[in-house]
Amino acid sequence: MSRVDLSTISLRFRHVWFRNLITYRRIWRVNFLVPLLEPAFYIIAFGLGFSGLIAGVSYAGRELEYTRFMAPALVATACMWNSFFETTYSSFVRMYYQKTYDGILATPMSLEEMIIAEIVWAATKAAAAVALMLVMLIPLGYANFPGALLCIPVAFLGGLAFAAIGMFFTGIIPSIDMFNLPIFLFITPMFLFSGTFFPLSGIPDWARVITLFFPLYHLVELTRFFCIGVMESHMVFNLVYLVLFTAIFGYLALLTMKRRLIR
Amino acid sequence: MRMHVIETRQIVKRFGRFTAVDGVSFQVKAGEFFGLLGPNGAGKTSVIRMIYGFSPITSGELEVFGLDIRSHWRKIRSRLGVCQQDNTLDPDLTVEQNLQVFARYFEIDRGRARARAEEQLEFFALTNKRKAKVMELSGGLARRLQLARALIAEPELLILDEPTTGLDPQSRYQVWDRLFELKKRGLTMLLTTHYMHEAESLCDRLLIMDHGKIISEGRPRNLIAEHAAESVIEIDGAGEDLRHYVRDRGIRHDDLGERMILYTTANGELENEIRRRFCVEACLFRAGNLEDVFLRLTGRELRE
Repeated sequence: MSRVDLSTISLRFRHVWFRNLITYRRIWRVNFLVPLLEPAFYIIAFGLGFSGLIAGVSYAGRELEYTRFMAPALVATACMWNSFFETTYSSFVRMYYQKTYDGILATPMSLEEMIIAEIVWAATKAAAAVALMLVMLIPLGYANFPGALLCIPVAFLGGLAFAAIGMFFTGIIPSIDMFNLPIFLFITPMFLFSGTFFPLSGIPDWARVITLFFPLYHLVELTRFFCIGVMESHMVFNLVYLVLFTAIFGYLALLTMKRRLIR
Repeated sequence: MRMHVIETRQIVKRFGRFTAVDGVSFQVKAGEFFGLLGPNGAGKTSVIRMIYGFSPITSGELEVFGLDIRSHWRKIRSRLGVCQQDNTLDPDLTVEQNLQVFARYFEIDRGRARARAEEQLEFFALTNKRKAKVMELSGGLARRLQLARALIAEPELLILDEPTTGLDPQSRYQVWDRLFELKKRGLTMLLTTHYMHEAESLCDRLLIMDHGKIISEGRPRNLIAEHAAESVIEIDGAGEDLRHYVRDRGIRHDDLGERMILYTTANGELENEIRRRFCVEACLFRAGNLEDVFLRLTGRELRE
């Protein structure tokens, strides 16, 4: 039982997913507010504050207004923050402080199912946040309708990727304060350098190669394409990358969590 | 012959170099209230965790309901309930939701889950707390809810890991009352506890563990007769003359320096003589109990 056993994964995991949904609904007003207002703040700040400094952005052979370039990236970063925070801080609290996992593991639920449920839940939350953002972005003209709706399933996939790596960190982190480390060394650089606030064409080749390894870059490319119909990379490449990333870190998450919990 | 609910044969649990459980064999029969006693670190919780398939066994055989824990852990877990030592209730959910959500983990359908939750709320007198948040519950209420949750899937075996630790006497008696009721209904239960009085009054049979091994096993009454005595005299300010007296007569005793504990049969003459000759400071005459057995078998030194 101390090795990862994928054969123990069944649809039973949906019950743990459902447990998280119930708790999310309890504080739904707060949960809804952030994704609705966050893009508005960014767009106002960058639109008003930056418009004097930056005229436009040259991206994939097109000249784009700066806020139009940046808005789809906000969708991707929100997806990242939502899912990563869910399987790091929130999952750690459930595991360590609330002992929710100990309770679940005294039922017919397998550890694998429970961890998969946490990851799928985090992805669901990310997709929900993105759906809410679109409610704001589509009427403002920053995302095409109905094409931008495809950002929702894409956010689910991206959410799986970030939730998987978040869960992996939860499996190895000694204490909750230490999450600062992956956030500072991994999430923040990714947030800044994934073609979010400036296009890759402006940075040196070596930096561009590093960026290609960032899952956020691939997610930003996909959301930008679905929001405004322009992209500089290839959709198949982005999707394959995210799927592989999810599979690898999903497995590592199961492995580290099993080592951590099963004694 | 009736099948054993739990049967362990030489089970071992190692954590690296440390052996927590070192070849433990015992059986629990259907309908039995079985106790597992021992000082902290004796291996009780490790045994329990192996029984419900949380900790993999290092070696040995472990069957629950006649099924091998290694291959049938899911089936076994669906037929038992566990009330863990820690509070593992969901603080984000209400009392009612805690029960309903937990029932779903056992694949009990929604309607049935609601009905079961209702029964349990009733049984544990939690009905008027159904909408309360778990964080608002007192220790006693939280423990009752945890018991209710352990029973949500109508288990055939209930595992209780220190169910009354940290409760006030009123709450503790209420928990005991519920456990007695469950015993009457024929539920098989496995209990660990540090309260010897609890074990003595609840358990049909028990075993005492220390350092990962079983050191004694039997009915509470028999264990008292075997390792302590029907009657116990505690004497403060024991002197040399008492020591000689006890040794000469071959009376079973523990010498704690300033205090001596004598284990005797309820013999009026002997008690009178001791009272007359040796009770200078303080003497306590009482019946022997499981605590005597426990301390005699596992020693009086502090454990860490």
